[in-house]
Amino acid sequence: MTDLKYLLFLGCAIPYRVSAYEVSTRKVAQKLGLDLVDMPEYNCCGLPLDPVSHDLMLTLAARNLCVAERQGLNIMTLCPGCAGTLRKVNKMLKEDKKIKELVNEYLKHTGLEFSGSIEVKHLMQVLSEDVGLERIKGAVQRPLSQLKVAEHNGCHVLRPVKYAGFDDPENPTVLKRLIEATGATCLDYLDETECCGAPIIGLNEKIPLQLARDKVRHIKDAGAQAMVTVCPFCHMMFDANQSRIERMFNETFGIPVLHYPQLLGLAMGLSPDELALKELRVDASRILSNLRS
Amino acid sequence: MTEKEETQEKEPELGMVLKITDMDPRFKHEISKIPGAEKIMLCFQCGTCTADCPIARFSDSYRPRRILRMTQLGLKEGVLSSDVIWLCAACFTCVDHCPQDVEIASVLRALRNLAVKEGYLPPVYRELASNVLQTGLAYKIPELRLRRREETGLPPLPKANLKDVNKLADATGLSKLIQARRT
Repeated sequence: MTDLKYLLFLGCAIPYRVSAYEVSTRKVAQKLGLDLVDMPEYNCCGLPLDPVSHDLMLTLAARNLCVAERQGLNIMTLCPGCAGTLRKVNKMLKEDKKIKELVNEYLKHTGLEFSGSIEVKHLMQVLSEDVGLERIKGAVQRPLSQLKVAEHNGCHVLRPVKYAGFDDPENPTVLKRLIEATGATCLDYLDETECCGAPIIGLNEKIPLQLARDKVRHIKDAGAQAMVTVCPFCHMMFDANQSRIERMFNETFGIPVLHYPQLLGLAMGLSPDELALKELRVDASRILSNLRS
Repeated sequence: MTEKEETQEKEPELGMVLKITDMDPRFKHEISKIPGAEKIMLCFQCGTCTADCPIARFSDSYRPRRILRMTQLGLKEGVLSSDVIWLCAACFTCVDHCPQDVEIASVLRALRNLAVKEGYLPPVYRELASNVLQTGLAYKIPELRLRRREETGLPPLPKANLKDVNKLADATGLSKLIQARRT
């Protein structure tokens, strides 16, 4: 079996507002024997500044990759934006000599040089490819067989295919299999593969809230009791903004939005407190009491 | 008033009269030299990008196909000064679906980069950039949050190497593009 040791790249959004995702990931990782080393001296992956300067995005990402190369460890991220960016830049620099030269020229100012010796994976990839479904199923002590949920993947884990090379963005199944490993049922719904709109919320609030509203509506109509995400930004759109969406459209949803490791942790027998379920804005206690009965 | 309304209705892009003097024939070449945007001229206006765009579904103005056509035609000023180019959420659906293999989202990114050079920088991006220069991260994490991490048993958040980040921002020209930065 491969050595399950990774540099944990936390990114910006998780320490800023979504620490329940980090808390639950660390708890679940411990149970699965994943060794997570905090990535030292990391900076923003670069994605948020790609619209401002593509060169800076490449260089910020490359700097992170160089730090990991020095540590000699592969990176695991929780945020699909970070995973998508670091993975893409890693691939670009490994394959495109011209871009590698350009970025290394910038990196010279810091004494770093990209060599291309590590890999980057999102949590979902580590769980499905390295840990494996069988081992996850083996760690489940309290199957969530009474729970029906719907999934929402993060765009950047899956797209663009050219750089992602993971799962099928038109018909993603990895997160579904991971959810089913907990014993829960994962339901299909209409616009399952659609973006949540979060990246433009700083410029236009109406469009992302409409997008998120449609998804939550369809999830509720499909009969799901909760939603499961693997991205801090998507999570904010559906959880932190859910009451705003309800007011805006005069509808009631009350759909709790769990980070995948929270769902997995519950199935492993960890307590709601250990998994920071209290931090969710949409109260999850109703689904929890169903599980106990 | 009525006159103004009429003009506004007649003006939408599809019916507008294009002046040859507004078109910069070199613009498309300028764009196609930018990594990711190389295939801009292969766009044959099928509209798959707009049809599959989740943002376009809820926006009256964001139409990736139209932005690509305006770029091909060299309507540089119109494209770069437009708020619309900032609405792409970079979900990359269009990139995966384009039959001509045009990286539409990357063309949009290239246009935004140029717009910034021309002085069009939306406040939210100025703030993100300034946060990265000051903290290494895109958001300023409040002290309270950092303290709460430790209270909940999380390890302290690693400190970014600000010296390196600022050197790289200088080298890539970001520092010049935005004003606010720590010295």
